[in-house]
Amino acid sequence: MEPYKSQIGQPVSRLEGHLKVTGTARYAGDYSVPGLLYGYVINSTITKGKIISFDTSRAKALPGVLEVFTHENRPSLAWFDLQYADMDAPPGSPFRPLQDADILYNGQPIGLVVAETFELARYAATLMDIEYEEEAFDTDLRSQQHLARSPKIGMATMLKPLPPKPKGNFEKAFNASPNQVSAEFFHGTEHHNPLELFATTTVYEGKGKLTIYDKTQGTINSQMYVANIFGLKFKNVRVISPYVGGAFGSALRPQYQLFLSVMAALKLERSVLVTLDRHQMFTFGHRPPTVQRTRFSADNNGIITALNHLAIGETSRFEDYTEVVVNWSHMLYPAANTLMQYKLVELDVYSPLDMRAPGGVTGMHAIESTIDELAHKSKIDPLQLRLTNYTEIDVSLNRPYSSKELRECYLQGAEKFGWDKRNPEPRSMRRGNKLVGYGMATGIWEANQLPAKAEAILTGDGKLKINSAVTDIGTGTLTVMTQIAADELGLPVEDVEFAYGDSKKPFAPIQGGSFTVSTVGSAVKAVGAAMRKKLFSIAKKMKGGVFDGTDLRDVSFEGGRIFITNNRSRSVSFQEIIVANDNKPVKLSKFSVPSILKLKKYSRAAHSAVFVEVEVDEELGVINVTRAVTAVAAGKIINPKTARSQILGGMIWGISKALREETIQDDGLGKYMNQNLSEYHIPVHADIHELDVIFVDEKDTVVNELGTKGVGEIGIVGMPPAITNAIFNATGKRINQLPIHFDMLL
Amino acid sequence: MNNFTYKRAESIEDALAQNSSGGNSSYLAGGTNLVDLMKYDLTRPDTLVDLNRVDGHHEIYETPEGGLLLGAFVTNADTAWHPSVEERYPLLSKAILAGASAQIRNMATNGGNLLQRTRCYYFYDANVPCNKREPGSGCSAIPGYNRIMAILGTSESCIAVFPSDMCVGLAALDATVHVEGPTGSRSIPFADFHRLPGDTPEIDNTLLPGEIITGIELPANGFSKNYSYLKLRDRNSYAFALVSVATGLELDGNVIREARIALGGVAHKPWRVREAEEFLAGKTADSVHFGQAAEIILRGAVGFPHNAFKIELAKRAIVRNCMMALNPESQLPGAQPSV
Ligand SMILES: Cc1cc2nc3c(=O)[nH]c(=O)nc-3n(C[C@H](O)[C@H](O)[C@H](O)COP(=O)(O)OP(=O)(O)OC[C@H]3O[C@@H](n4cnc5c(N)ncnc54)[C@H](O)[C@@H]3O)c2cc1C
Ligand code: SF4
Repeated sequence: MEPYKSQIGQPVSRLEGHLKVTGTARYAGDYSVPGLLYGYVINSTITKGKIISFDTSRAKALPGVLEVFTHENRPSLAWFDLQYADMDAPPGSPFRPLQDADILYNGQPIGLVVAETFELARYAATLMDIEYEEEAFDTDLRSQQHLARSPKIGMATMLKPLPPKPKGNFEKAFNASPNQVSAEFFHGTEHHNPLELFATTTVYEGKGKLTIYDKTQGTINSQMYVANIFGLKFKNVRVISPYVGGAFGSALRPQYQLFLSVMAALKLERSVLVTLDRHQMFTFGHRPPTVQRTRFSADNNGIITALNHLAIGETSRFEDYTEVVVNWSHMLYPAANTLMQYKLVELDVYSPLDMRAPGGVTGMHAIESTIDELAHKSKIDPLQLRLTNYTEIDVSLNRPYSSKELRECYLQGAEKFGWDKRNPEPRSMRRGNKLVGYGMATGIWEANQLPAKAEAILTGDGKLKINSAVTDIGTGTLTVMTQIAADELGLPVEDVEFAYGDSKKPFAPIQGGSFTVSTVGSAVKAVGAAMRKKLFSIAKKMKGGVFDGTDLRDVSFEGGRIFITNNRSRSVSFQEIIVANDNKPVKLSKFSVPSILKLKKYSRAAHSAVFVEVEVDEELGVINVTRAVTAVAAGKIINPKTARSQILGGMIWGISKALREETIQDDGLGKYMNQNLSEYHIPVHADIHELDVIFVDEKDTVVNELGTKGVGEIGIVGMPPAITNAIFNATGKRINQLPIHFDMLL
Repeated sequence: MNNFTYKRAESIEDALAQNSSGGNSSYLAGGTNLVDLMKYDLTRPDTLVDLNRVDGHHEIYETPEGGLLLGAFVTNADTAWHPSVEERYPLLSKAILAGASAQIRNMATNGGNLLQRTRCYYFYDANVPCNKREPGSGCSAIPGYNRIMAILGTSESCIAVFPSDMCVGLAALDATVHVEGPTGSRSIPFADFHRLPGDTPEIDNTLLPGEIITGIELPANGFSKNYSYLKLRDRNSYAFALVSVATGLELDGNVIREARIALGGVAHKPWRVREAEEFLAGKTADSVHFGQAAEIILRGAVGFPHNAFKIELAKRAIVRNCMMALNPESQLPGAQPSV
């Protein structure tokens, strides 16, 4: 027999890939159940004010329309804010759909038509006679900056620490430094726009029991939300989410289609599907617009002396959404004097929501552009400046990194890219009539782990099943968890089934923040290890005494058998073990909890170094990112194929953020204007050229048992500044507003 | 979106008859624009008369005058890839392929392309004022976000742009539009087909109610030796033009015998200025003369807060595209800038 080949580290293709590309995979809106009704949401057409009257009679008169729910006739619901709070709720009062006549933002859901067909519901929704009383509103962050205030503190602050306290004397040190840079940045609103539209199918099972197919990044999060608001027993609410067609953070919080679908199902005692259309995908969370100001300085040797980073982000009037924007520079550059400030402005919009590398990609653009300018002013190569200021400890919190192979990322990335061929003089490199520029930047993203539970069942056929409530938002969770479990028991991946996406299964937190592999993977590893132990203990008691005188250290698990490592002729199969277990499957579960005390002694982060080449058509301004190399250090890479896809996706999104993507906001009207994928520009194939990914070896024995740091966000973080720095090298122009439109370079 | 009756026409006569049976009826071709407008509840026809099965007007053929006739119901894709179009009217082929996406071009028809509505954001949002959608309600784009709007031929009531790429090529080539209507058939020179907004921006063109486009005729000269289409936009494909230019040149050695320059993305219709073309006749083909022509073409252009850049951009695009026309082999897919 072939010795067992470790599955961890293998480029296993997505196990559900064929189901997805053949259209067999069913998403939340794809379940047709008998007697299904269809809901269509009615959204506010004003930005702020009150509904004076809401006449639904024309719609209700249509045959096939069952009900129109509004704030006037909705069932009575939970009373306390806490009951509406989900796992990702920021401090404040969560938005309650159909609560009352108040309009808090444009596009707010104010009603739901329920009809026999989707088309009828959609048509009926056009027959509403609604009178509003409009009030003055403000949606413009830049004009309201003077109202910026400190954010409220709450549960969410745990994973999103506020800025560290000032160190040294920033003003004094900055003013005394020979090389100073000040810059101001603006990032506009962005919407997640996953391809799959938000949908919830609530199957009414009778007697207060519901099975809910929901587009979510957390089945238990949705279950909790529904049970709390509608006063249902947890065990009577089952939320399933087997496939998710992208989410990027947008499904970290239960969205209003879930609320409305459940409300209608309970009231009408029928199954109800509510799907949002693309336009409505712009009526909930988004990446907040942010203003940033930086002031960095260095001495004549390129040692960074002082760092000041201020960010002012948008939030709603009802919640304080925060993200970590300004904490990063001091984690990377050990200046003695720092001043980090983070503030919010309340506007008449819906609460912002985590979107891939929330805060990180925003802050690092400002930081790494400013560092680039500092290098330029100090006449030091930007890569050299970063190496000069390289640190093994996180000075902002005064603790070592659990591991940090960023230096290797810089070196390997630079080598692969050919950084040594860069001419530091802006406008000095040309190709035909195009200016060519090289730029680089650093990426960083925290490596977290949360508690999670997993269950393992070994059945009579010798196959292993693992259960977890976790979702797979398209990142490859199913595949990676299967690999981890397979390795623990030495099974081929075909003999492992990972069953997930179901709130009935053991607890997993929401899937985000790049912590799923570390969180759920650790639980899977732990339950796998427990299963080894258990199987061995049964085997040891078996007749024949194959394992007499051995313990767990002396045996290996391979291909469905336990062998004595030094004497492979002695072994027992999993099937035999189950027989010995009275033919009963072996079942156990394990809670994995991060070892907080150990973790607290370290800063834990994934890092990247990004190198970009751009071509700029000088006369016309047209920009192309012709080449990009990202070198990533993110601990153990479980599956280089799915991990590479994550980094490529992040890099492409970085191109999007730097050059394409924006939600166009009309502050006079208080609303978004490009609410479709024709005008909300994400990159097309013709925008994407050569992309390279390097995974740098990084061993981490602190972060978790697996040594993983997560790769979901790190791919995007360094791209926008690397691109804008390359544009500077090509053109001599620094454009600090994203996205950069080509006409800004004219 | 409202309920509607779907009817299928067998012939042009049948379509005209079905359309005139009262009520609010629309012709349906590829549906790539009309169905979107219906889904956004911006238009509510009670009847759709499907033209796709009409006999005739599904071909492309040579005319006795030496030109080419493009049937109205031929798809944009089939037109762009038709051997005669590729060989004799490559400018048109390039312009079509610079538009929309492969999927949309496979559905979109030549007739429908001429009649697509503007892409003004405010036109597509039924809850904000727009004179084109609701005459007299006001224009939201003038005080609003007007990056994609017009700089030429605007009026106080509308600054929208006609978004077609194909039509910029057709304008440069001096095409003729053939139509049939309740009162007979007529031919409309391309320059007279689309109109400026004036104080009736709700009217995009000079087609009369009920009239059907049956074909588009190209004259014999296709400028197939020196031509270029350049499209400047916010991504390299699948985005409407901020500025586009179609150029056709007839050269005697280095001297221009005849020039055609049409602009897209800048006005309520494809923009052509004969004076500039006449200026170029007899001049050497160089960037100085093209630059002077560009100044003539952009005369009278007025920018708004977010689109003033289009004036300078259009001038540079004209010069670049004329230079690209001198060297058609250098051109890149997607009508991206080259040379
Ligand atoms: C996302 C998107 C991106 C696009 N990008 C571009 C682009 O970059 N460049 C570009 O040029 N175009 C672009 N288009 C527009 C596309 O080219 C048009 O939608 C298409 O050409 C319309 O043709 P159709 O046959 O589908 O027309 P339909 O939608 O069927 O009809 C449009 C209108 O014309 C009428 N009509 C159609 N045929 C006739 C006829 N023969 N006689 C009388 N009336 C008729 C219909 O009643 C309707 O009012 C884009 C479209 C979309 C949806
Ligand atoms: S520019 Fe024209 S189409 Fe746009 S809002 Fe104004 S009137 Fe309407």
